[in-house]
Amino acid sequence: MDFSTTLTINGVTRIITLDDPRVTLLDLLRERLDLTGTKKGCDRGQCGACTVLVDGRRINSCLALAISLDGAEILTIEGVAQGDRLHPVQEAFIACDGLQCGFCTPGQIMSAIALLQEGLAGDDPERVRESMSGNLCRCGAYQGITEAVLKAQKAIDAANRKEVA
Amino acid sequence: MRSFDYVRPATIREAVKAAAESGAAYLAAGTNLLDLMKGDVSRPKRLVDITHIPDLDRIEDLSDRGVRIGALVRNADLANDADFGRRFPAVAEALLSGASAQLRNAATVGGNILQRTRCAYFYDTASACNKRAPGSGCAARAGETRHHAILGWSESCIATHSSDFCVPLVALDAIVEIEGRIGPREVPLEAFHRLPADAPDRESVLEPGEMIIAVRLPAEAAHFAAHARYLKVRDRTSYAFAVVSAAAALRIEAGIIGEARIALGGVALKPWRAREAEHILLGARGDASLFRRAAEAALADAKPSGDNGFKVELARRVVARALALAAAGTPERMPALAGSPFAAASGVPAHG
Repeated sequence: MDFSTTLTINGVTRIITLDDPRVTLLDLLRERLDLTGTKKGCDRGQCGACTVLVDGRRINSCLALAISLDGAEILTIEGVAQGDRLHPVQEAFIACDGLQCGFCTPGQIMSAIALLQEGLAGDDPERVRESMSGNLCRCGAYQGITEAVLKAQKAIDAANRKEVA
Repeated sequence: MRSFDYVRPATIREAVKAAAESGAAYLAAGTNLLDLMKGDVSRPKRLVDITHIPDLDRIEDLSDRGVRIGALVRNADLANDADFGRRFPAVAEALLSGASAQLRNAATVGGNILQRTRCAYFYDTASACNKRAPGSGCAARAGETRHHAILGWSESCIATHSSDFCVPLVALDAIVEIEGRIGPREVPLEAFHRLPADAPDRESVLEPGEMIIAVRLPAEAAHFAAHARYLKVRDRTSYAFAVVSAAAALRIEAGIIGEARIALGGVALKPWRAREAEHILLGARGDASLFRRAAEAALADAKPSGDNGFKVELARRVVARALALAAAGTPERMPALAGSPFAAASGVPAHG
């Protein structure tokens, strides 16, 4: 039996036919839509490498059935830059050396983008670390990651002030 | 993951009907269930996806000043609801001390209550487990027992219920609203989960096909808002299950404790209410020696289920410290590290 689900992925609405309800959002993105920027780490909700935004909220895409998300808007790492212009969080990760091997980085960046939108951490490094604890980095780039989140927060605040002025 | 039928009911009535046949399971966020299915621990033949049923995701104020939390309210939405957090701060703190931001965005109220134990032997299909395979034995008894029970356990099962959320809920007399083929009913959360006895595969009072539709907190639960905390000792600062946790809530008038609520997490197969410890506090002024006496009463019946004797004294200290934190007053702002014993001094109290 085929199942049909409608998802808007990085701004493009697609009607997707699934031959099996077991397909997770992560496997749909990577194996069927060739959006391999989202990474499969543990596949059990423990590492955060698969983090994407669903209706603006960060979740572990490995623990969500694609069929159940019918109607949702999905944002993945492929959808955050505007052409050649990187997202401020991407720029901050590069500037702060917030990575080494890079495998966890798409998940870190998606999680950080959501963290900034949630607006609960402010400029407190402890709150940033706590809020990023669902994203493991086995290279141990945590210090750079925290600095990147704080730097991106400042960059976005400055851009908003400019806009208001 | 084994194959299953997928159905997506539009109403509670349809859901209950679809879940009536044996082997059916309700799917909410799936943050626990899909993990268990990937590990071949859970093998549902049919998933009844309740996430598209309207109105189950609401937080409603009731006319009696209680609050009703729909089964599909996401952990993050409840924890970050400003009004809810002001009235039930220990519940918000417990929610924020659990899991990760990603999981809290997905995980639901109903799913949290129905989450399965994190006992490693339950997860390991090569190990004996009376909960997963009744009659096969309990590999945990001779195993690694750091996260296992010290209260209410039996020879057949020493697992714990690992919810943080349920701990303050049970302290605050939460009620679980249930819908099933025989109609609606409700059960106090304290009576919802079963202790293992000789049938650890029966985890709650839910009958086959019944679903949780909401949790209610009575109006009285808000009377503790000025003095309510959740304290959780875990093996790392964030994103870990409790080794031991406690919710403490006090109503203090002119320095005298008029009412007290205490519950523990990580110590039993259900959130553990400590009523005798509560009685010890009534009519007294809270101080370290009183809180210690209450903590001793809370753990009076505790006994190690393996190499976890340290948890008994740890639990006493967690209870005493949670009471001291509650007596000092609910902080104005949620601490950066919710529920953490490493949290910095909590600043200005929120309520006079």
